[in-house]
Amino acid sequence: MSTTTLPAPLPKVETPFRRFVSEFCESPLAVGGLVVFAIIALVAIFAPWIAPQNPYDLAVLDIMDGRMEPGSVGGGGYTHWLGTDDQGRDMLSGIMYGLRISLLVGVGSAFIACLVGASLGLLAAYAGGRTDSVIMRVVDLQLSFPTILAALMILAFLGKGIFNVVIALVIVEWAYYARTVRGSALVERRREYIEAAICLALPTRRILFNHLLPNCLPPLIVVGTMQIARAIALEATLSFLGLGVPITEPSLGLLIANGYEYMLSGKYWISFYPGIALLITIVAINLMGDQMRDVLNPRLKK
Amino acid sequence: MRLTISAIAMACTIGAASAQNLTMAVGAPVTSLDPHFHQLSPNNAVAGMIFDRLVNTDAQARNVPGLAESWSAVAPDTWEFRLRRGVRFHNGSEFTADDVAFTFGRVPNVPNSPSSFAGFVRPITRIEVVDSHTIRFTTNGPYPLLPQDLSNVYILDRETHANATTEQFNAGPMAVGTGPFRMIRHANGDRIELERNDNYFGEPPAFARVNYRMITNDSARAAALLAGDVDVIDQVPTADLARLRTDPRVTLAETVGLRIIYLSVDHMREDSSPFITDNDGRPLARNPMKDVRVRRALSMAIDRNAITSRVMEGSATPAGQFLPPGIFGHVPDLGPPAFDPEGARRLLAEAGFPQGFRVTLHGPNDRYPNDGRIIQAIGQMWTRVGVRTAVEAQTWTTFVARAGRAEFSAFLIGWGSNPDGSHPLRNLIACQSRERGWGNSNRGRYCNEAMDTRLMEAMRTLDNGARERELIALQRLIFDDQAIIPLHIQTNIWAARRGFVVTPRADELSLAQSVRPAVAR
Amino acid sequence: MLIYLLRRIMQSGFVLVAMSLLVFLGVYAVGDPIEILISPDADQIEKERAIQALGLDLPLWQQYLVFVGKALQGDLGRSFVFNEPAIQLILQRMPATLELAFGSMFLSILIGLPLGLYAGLRPNGAISKGIMAGSILGFSLPTFWVGLMLIMVFAVQLGWLPSTGRGDTAMLFGISWSFLTGDGLSHILLPAINLALFKISLVIRLTRAGVRETMLMDYVKFARAKGLSPFRVTFVHVFKNILIPVVTVVGLELGGTIAFSVVTESVFAWPGMGKLIIDSINVLDRPVIVAYLMMIVLMFIVINLLVDIVYTVLDPRVRLEAKA
Repeated sequence: MSTTTLPAPLPKVETPFRRFVSEFCESPLAVGGLVVFAIIALVAIFAPWIAPQNPYDLAVLDIMDGRMEPGSVGGGGYTHWLGTDDQGRDMLSGIMYGLRISLLVGVGSAFIACLVGASLGLLAAYAGGRTDSVIMRVVDLQLSFPTILAALMILAFLGKGIFNVVIALVIVEWAYYARTVRGSALVERRREYIEAAICLALPTRRILFNHLLPNCLPPLIVVGTMQIARAIALEATLSFLGLGVPITEPSLGLLIANGYEYMLSGKYWISFYPGIALLITIVAINLMGDQMRDVLNPRLKK
Repeated sequence: MRLTISAIAMACTIGAASAQNLTMAVGAPVTSLDPHFHQLSPNNAVAGMIFDRLVNTDAQARNVPGLAESWSAVAPDTWEFRLRRGVRFHNGSEFTADDVAFTFGRVPNVPNSPSSFAGFVRPITRIEVVDSHTIRFTTNGPYPLLPQDLSNVYILDRETHANATTEQFNAGPMAVGTGPFRMIRHANGDRIELERNDNYFGEPPAFARVNYRMITNDSARAAALLAGDVDVIDQVPTADLARLRTDPRVTLAETVGLRIIYLSVDHMREDSSPFITDNDGRPLARNPMKDVRVRRALSMAIDRNAITSRVMEGSATPAGQFLPPGIFGHVPDLGPPAFDPEGARRLLAEAGFPQGFRVTLHGPNDRYPNDGRIIQAIGQMWTRVGVRTAVEAQTWTTFVARAGRAEFSAFLIGWGSNPDGSHPLRNLIACQSRERGWGNSNRGRYCNEAMDTRLMEAMRTLDNGARERELIALQRLIFDDQAIIPLHIQTNIWAARRGFVVTPRADELSLAQSVRPAVAR
Repeated sequence: MLIYLLRRIMQSGFVLVAMSLLVFLGVYAVGDPIEILISPDADQIEKERAIQALGLDLPLWQQYLVFVGKALQGDLGRSFVFNEPAIQLILQRMPATLELAFGSMFLSILIGLPLGLYAGLRPNGAISKGIMAGSILGFSLPTFWVGLMLIMVFAVQLGWLPSTGRGDTAMLFGISWSFLTGDGLSHILLPAINLALFKISLVIRLTRAGVRETMLMDYVKFARAKGLSPFRVTFVHVFKNILIPVVTVVGLELGGTIAFSVVTESVFAWPGMGKLIIDSINVLDRPVIVAYLMMIVLMFIVINLLVDIVYTVLDPRVRLEAKA
């Protein structure tokens, strides 16, 4: 957005993006989070090629291999480094594939919710009046409704399935983006450049997306990052309550839920390792989001 | 070492034996203390502590004298019940035949009841109070099951309960019966506090006070036992069995139950069934489930021992029929089908499916112990004989509505039988018929008119021996036809801390009178 | 002002009606309560009787009108499984949930405020970094998982605290409360911590951000320049300034806490509204589900309305915009 060669008032050319990168890198925690997240994402993407087993194929599972301790060798002839679950699913493979589902659900729902929410938020801020108040009442309504309950209801209605979980998460999350975007768009709308654009009679769509949106991006990015983490945690909770993804294609949350029953009897690995994977993923994302918020918050600028 | 353990156990036993209080935690919430409002096991269990029935059932689900000392058919269509004398309700009111007549009048008329007990008294066409402690029931034709039916109806007092509402039962003042315990406090969905009824006509309960708690989360319930917060829990999670069996602080009480877990298949559709396709995902021209060879192959493909030992951790017995041994109507030497994957492949080829087909196996994931795990295990086994199986587990609320509409091609479900062979036949196998009131849970829509006609005749046979022979013959018939694919019969398990002994019940009811302090040996 | 208020109330009323329709349709689209509630051996006659008894034989729009008609008289229907008014059931369970929610709010301020203050005053210290990393953990850990771990560690392994349930209660104002007895307190501790975890992190973050912003304010700089002791600057000038927003946000979180207690209550078998709603969903007790959701919606609408009114009173700019 700032690649145009305007005469810079400062002697040193510093794009906002570069400044953002350098400030982001000030926090080793955040950089660590980024690195970890990148590794997790790679593992998730390439799971079918690197996982020792396809945990979704019932034909390769055998309940006689069920609940084996980490490090034991099962009927498949290879070592289960993290043990197996009750169905004889290799936990390492299960976690890799589970990460795929969790990330897909988290990123997918956050992205779609962002698209929907940001558009409506912009529209509300720009149009004002009745449109604004209708949209914002719906936002209020949505925000006033407990996320977990809304998701429960929606899933009870839609039934299980990864796609349905994404839909449910979009429905419960879009309002956050709408409110965030509207808030910053309202501020931007009063600025001279927008008034100028309106005076020039530029098309509404262009004003919205070319002028208003880019300036609302920073808070949106922060909210988006945090919402990915939230969505992953929410999906885990829903799966735990028995309403998330199908049992044959477990996400991290479902793996945890499946394994928890075995915790008391000492078979910790079924629940523990997916729990750690979930924790690391969410913490990595939140570490990044946290630093981004600090960097992008103008009020904290020294 | 062993000496030390038993010494500790002894010390604990002595400590507990002097205790007067019992805290037990149950896994299913009690919704009402009105014994005629909602026919539901947890409610029946609480009613079984506060109230009595004419015919009580013992731990092995046999009918034993309750408020009636004896009963007999005095005519083909008339049963006479001779009532126990000197029994008083908790408030001192005397129990007489008139109270029975009152109770049977109330049963079908409880407002807003979502699942009433009316079916148990509907066979009765006339009630005659012979004297204060003798009562006769006339039925429409011979009806051998009346004593069995009446073992479900809890007796109230005309003087006390004439205008009692469900709310008054729940709140406490009307929860007055003749049972071994009287109700002190009811915190809805949390706990019920009970006190021993010292004037109980039967064996006096061992504990002066009982705290009956509801902890619905399985792991939390087991944790509460291990943490010592409760003395006894029911519905012990199978995942914890291995640990609890070896834990010296805990003893388990187990008995084979009356609940069978089975697979039902689509018998209704002649042409394509909604969740069956060929290997390329195209619908089949005919429904393979209509072919008995396919049903038999699917049954033979299942390794029941693997399921009961690995998935159920030994808390179930492989089954080839509805009822366990010792129950009226159990078929002698009808064992579980042998595990034979080779034979299953051969049968499938014979039936015209040498390459198998694809099917989705449905089931609940929050209803029966390990339900979701069992269908996955069966999915593995079926896939290995060439029937590529997708598994879909749903919450019970969604699942049962769809299963009731016969939307599935194959699904797992359970059935808790009355201790009588005709009960599963009438409800699961008989053709759906409004007029007969049969086939109520026949979700696969199996229908065999010849079987129904014979069953109808058996239901009018007062001679128990003759009736049982016919019920056994009918069960052989329908299991030979693979009307359902039986998997296993669940074991009912209670866990108690050292010092408490539970008498396990086949009917799954968790009663405080089933718990006693351990006797030091 | 009055017109603005009236308009907001009207809007809220509209929201309530829209919500009731949504909730009603949503709840009534799911499953078949008769299949769940009725005994599996009940015959067709018995099923039909039950359908009629529960009013499920009417067409959906008629059921909705019946519901609205009764709702206007303050009756949100009778529970299918308890045969008691849904409102009464919810109100019975409310003290347990409120107690838990307030307990966790109290804990979150008690723990979060000092930690956040420290982290804000020494933003670059190692301990502060640790606190902030910990607060990210608090945000990230799924509630259900933490709850299970708490039970595992403190009740089962260590045996310090009871695992589940509410414990003894004592009466106050005719309602049973468990924070009045020692046994009750020991029961509430774990679930309250579980529910507070998220809010502790929130308070830490709010406090830290508030402190950092306040420290840059001119009046704090002046106070420091004047030579006031750091202690006085912190606890009089900074603290006073950040306490109000922190308490406000935590207060506003009350609604969310009550709603989110669903998870905690079901893990800890805490007999509150959240457990009631989960149990009711499991048996499709529609009237209770609808009544609960309506009460939650109403609660949020009232909270939002109050906030808006307070803002309007405090900030004349909002008032002007409302008139414009």
